Amino acid sequence: MQNFSYVNATSIEQVPSLLGRSWDDAVVMAGGTDLVGEMKDYAAVPKRVVNLKSIEGLDYIRQDDAGLRVGALTTLTDVLGHGAVSQDYPVLHQAVSVIASPQIRNMATLAGNILQRPRCWYYRSEDFPCLKKGGARCYAVGGVNTYHAIFGSGPSYIVHPSDAAPALMALGATVNIHGPRGGNEVAMDDFFTMPEMNIRRENILRPNEIVTEIAIPKPEANSRGMFLKVRERESIDFALVSLAAQMTVVNGTCERASLVLGGVAPIPWRAVEAEDYLRGRRITEARAESAAEAAVEDAAPMPHNGYKVQIAKNLVKQAVQALAS
Amino acid sequence: MADRHDEARPDESSHSETKSGTTKSGTRFTRRGFLKGAGAGAVTAAVAPAILVSEAGTAAAQEAEGVMSATITLDVNGRAHNVEVEARTTLADALRDRLEITGPKVVCDRGECGACTVEMDGKLVFSCMTLAMDAQGRKIETVEGMADGDNLHPIQEAFVEKDALMCGFCTPGFLMSSKSLLDANDNPTPDEVREGLSGNICRCGTYPHVFEAVMSAAEKMRKGG
Repeated sequence: MQNFSYVNATSIEQVPSLLGRSWDDAVVMAGGTDLVGEMKDYAAVPKRVVNLKSIEGLDYIRQDDAGLRVGALTTLTDVLGHGAVSQDYPVLHQAVSVIASPQIRNMATLAGNILQRPRCWYYRSEDFPCLKKGGARCYAVGGVNTYHAIFGSGPSYIVHPSDAAPALMALGATVNIHGPRGGNEVAMDDFFTMPEMNIRRENILRPNEIVTEIAIPKPEANSRGMFLKVRERESIDFALVSLAAQMTVVNGTCERASLVLGGVAPIPWRAVEAEDYLRGRRITEARAESAAEAAVEDAAPMPHNGYKVQIAKNLVKQAVQALAS
Repeated sequence: MADRHDEARPDESSHSETKSGTTKSGTRFTRRGFLKGAGAGAVTAAVAPAILVSEAGTAAAQEAEGVMSATITLDVNGRAHNVEVEARTTLADALRDRLEITGPKVVCDRGECGACTVEMDGKLVFSCMTLAMDAQGRKIETVEGMADGDNLHPIQEAFVEKDALMCGFCTPGFLMSSKSLLDANDNPTPDEVREGLSGNICRCGTYPHVFEAVMSAAEKMRKGG
């Protein structure tokens, strides 16, 4: 790891001026579980690291009729332990419960989890100057792409590694961003960006902006949610494919479905075709299967990751049937 | 891309203990002491550029610039240690290389294997993914603090009784995770034990004995032993 200058921020307002115009100038750190790894792998070589943990009052979960507001410094352990999360937001609770390990969940924040950088082995290796690091090519193309994207058309084929992001997106969460011109709120659906739009990053944040809060609307009383995650190892592993599902089913008929896949695309991947197919339909096994087919309609697997298509289908079918029963 | 070869080595600066003046290497010849001494010649040159904290005169400007190195105080197992660290120094490296508290092991160095597990303010964390500067003012507990003098902690005793280690390299991490688990829940189910220890890897594969030891220690501790 290259040394850097470490700055303790004291207020949100101060942060944009402590950050720079480029990601090479300065980055923010909260839990640090992703950033420290990135710096050890020389995927991030910032001149300055701005510590957010020194800011008072950013560690909270506030609950009102509209839903939950989670501060930027709230850890995954605190999200997991919050009564309202387990009671009313099972899709989020289940997602957070399968993130990494107790040690990581004690350190890592919910906001940091959705801002994780790719786990792609080329990105994380010093030996591969890939597109994401300002290089000329994506080494997954023509390389070993077992864990890469089955959706999207490049030019980078990383997958978004977050488990919390699909869950938050399925719940219709919004992200509060603070920058030099103040704060604004952005829907999670508009927060993440595909590589063709922004090859170096996975979301709309500029180098001098930070996420200050995640707001999660309370699900409709008659809707239900669940999170499914398939991984190679049953603990402390990233998803091969995950699915966050939130559905409103009345008398066996789906009124609304929110289905977001993880581990399959450079961003959390909303299965729009499956959602559209399910709306207004009575759920049967055959229709759950059709929804699963619709979810992977646009999949374009690479030579080594075709297995992800079948996993994605299985998860959609399983969740749709479970939430309709 | 950064050039690795230009860097200062992360583990070369002084340390002192505030309560006791003697370092563990003392006058005895040890491998660790020898390595420390052998590296000393390179120290001054390597660390000097890092100390150029800020050319700005005012304290506020210095604060905004941040620090590349600092002398910090770490509270480890109830004892205060002053140690100079760089911004990039992890807690694991500070503990092991500067303070010679070598219970926490650095194996994967990426927060995946659990061998470096310590408690910080009562919470289990990976010391390899924690910056030493972030551990300032926090209460750090390592496996060295578990036993009471020569009396092993009941969890340590159970590990011995149940033969819960083979090569033993992962054991300090497993012990810390086990302690944290049982401090919060003295009557865990086998599934809760597995979940509580899910951040620790044993490459020898002695998990069944570890789980058995934790269940046995829990029972003993509930009986007050």
